[in-house]
Amino acid sequence: MTSYNTVNITRQDEIAPGFYLLSFKSPFLVHQAQPGQFVYLRCDNTYDPLLPRPFSIAMVDGEKNEVAILYQVVGRGTALLAQKKELDRFTVLGPLGRGFTLPPSGRLFRPKGGPKRIEPLESFPPSFLRIAVVAGGVGIAPLFFLLQRLKDLPDLTIEVLIGARSIKQLLLGPEVKSLSPQNKLHLATDDGSYGFHGPVTEILATLLKADKMDLVYACGPEAMLKTVAGLLTKYNVPGEISLEKQMGCGVGACLSCVCKTKGDKENSFLYRRVCKEGPVFPVQEIIWEE
Amino acid sequence: MVDLTVEIAGLKLKNPVIAASGTFGFGQEYAPYVDLNRLGAITVKGLTLLPRPGNPPPRLAETPAGILNAIGLQNPGVDYFAASILPYLNQFEVPVIVNIAGETVEEYAALAAKLSELNNIAALEVNISCPNVKKGGLQFGGDPAAAAEVTLAVKNNTCLPVIVKLSPNVTRIETVARAVAQAGADALSLINTILGMAIDLKERRPILGNIFGGLSGPAVKPVALRAVWQVFEEVSLPIIGMGGIFTAQDALEFIMAGAKAVAVGTANFVNPRATIDILEGIENYLRENKIKRLSDLVGAAHCKQ
Repeated sequence: MTSYNTVNITRQDEIAPGFYLLSFKSPFLVHQAQPGQFVYLRCDNTYDPLLPRPFSIAMVDGEKNEVAILYQVVGRGTALLAQKKELDRFTVLGPLGRGFTLPPSGRLFRPKGGPKRIEPLESFPPSFLRIAVVAGGVGIAPLFFLLQRLKDLPDLTIEVLIGARSIKQLLLGPEVKSLSPQNKLHLATDDGSYGFHGPVTEILATLLKADKMDLVYACGPEAMLKTVAGLLTKYNVPGEISLEKQMGCGVGACLSCVCKTKGDKENSFLYRRVCKEGPVFPVQEIIWEE
Repeated sequence: MVDLTVEIAGLKLKNPVIAASGTFGFGQEYAPYVDLNRLGAITVKGLTLLPRPGNPPPRLAETPAGILNAIGLQNPGVDYFAASILPYLNQFEVPVIVNIAGETVEEYAALAAKLSELNNIAALEVNISCPNVKKGGLQFGGDPAAAAEVTLAVKNNTCLPVIVKLSPNVTRIETVARAVAQAGADALSLINTILGMAIDLKERRPILGNIFGGLSGPAVKPVALRAVWQVFEEVSLPIIGMGGIFTAQDALEFIMAGAKAVAVGTANFVNPRATIDILEGIENYLRENKIKRLSDLVGAAHCKQ
């Protein structure tokens, strides 16, 4: 289910320099949206810029009937959006795309040497499904909504890894912590101004090397996602990543936002639509360009 | 009640608003937002004989009041369309126009023959104007003789109405229009996108993977309108006008310039209900101005020069 509506902004805050959290009323999206899905919204009624912009849904508040997006001002569209105030209106198309696959209930069975698989709770001795959520900068947006949903699932341990250029761009750390005391938070900055000094993927590498992860979700800059994909392949751990591409229609009609993915036959490829088959893809499906 | 019906090459449409090829997928993508049965017709994404992967990304760049695209005719091929997409479209009453493209004259002919055997296809739109493929496309649309040759080959292989979609990337569009008219075209679609490009300053390279792309959107509307005007003056075939139609006012300008119907393309990306908004706007205009039949307005601006 998806729809096209005019919505009212209920709140907009600059939560870090150049980063905005914008909330609007939409009971429809609150009920329909799945983590990883996005909305396509028009920043203003202009012919220039012309197109709407895609934004991952970052938070859903069932009590207030609000959803929120988190974005960075990167161009003229987002600059116009940043000027919007409470009660301003804009059109929203959504929820769109394919979101994250939530982990199955039940506990993980890991026979020695065999492939990992999920089996019903009763069948095997208890063991928790260990999940890593890896965010680069504003990439935390779809992952925060994912964490809101993971909170309600039993038998998970969750490591949340957030990386950014510096302390100023580290987003939603305290919110992740207060979302659930179960969330174990790891922070990293490129310049060492806070937390681990280096890329967030190095923390992931350490966790994977110690065989401490069963499933990984990631969103962030392409270079980071490429590193995550390499690590998951190396350690044979499944994962899903959320991609971003310039879009035309947002609904799968124009074929503008495609990414290269593995085809049905060996060494074949298919261009898949980020807006329709994505934005979330199983990590092993993506073919990364050199 | 106003009469919005349109007849193009024997094809009866209940209103003049058509969803333009390449911007409306195969209809499915917009069905959640638009009652497809309210549209005059749907022109589906360009088909080729065999599946095509399309161009390497990036395929889209936003420019002032427009977009550049270089999709490169990505499509699942005619057999997949016949088996898996046409049955979906057949649930609706809306006429389906199939846009066809090929690398050789023979390919166009084979496609036309294949599609003519299927049920419920209203017309063929022959794409000789795609700016984003190395072979086919502009190689035919840019040369009156080649354009006529493709038109003739398609005509000889179908009994469906044949609409030829022309490129604005020529010196005189009227010359190409006259050539395809003489070859037997039943109608014309004017215009396909205008060849353009954009450069990324940070990377110091063209934004599009294909370097060049086709410009569409409000930026091209005056060019498209001029093309419709010129062809209307010289060729008597019915014209489907398109190029940057975003509002009912835009659509009415095309109709007054000589278009019998209009196609809405890029506007769908900005407002998924653009086709319906434009249809309702045209209807309101006729009612407010006490015009009984839309057909009375076709080419109206030519009489008042």
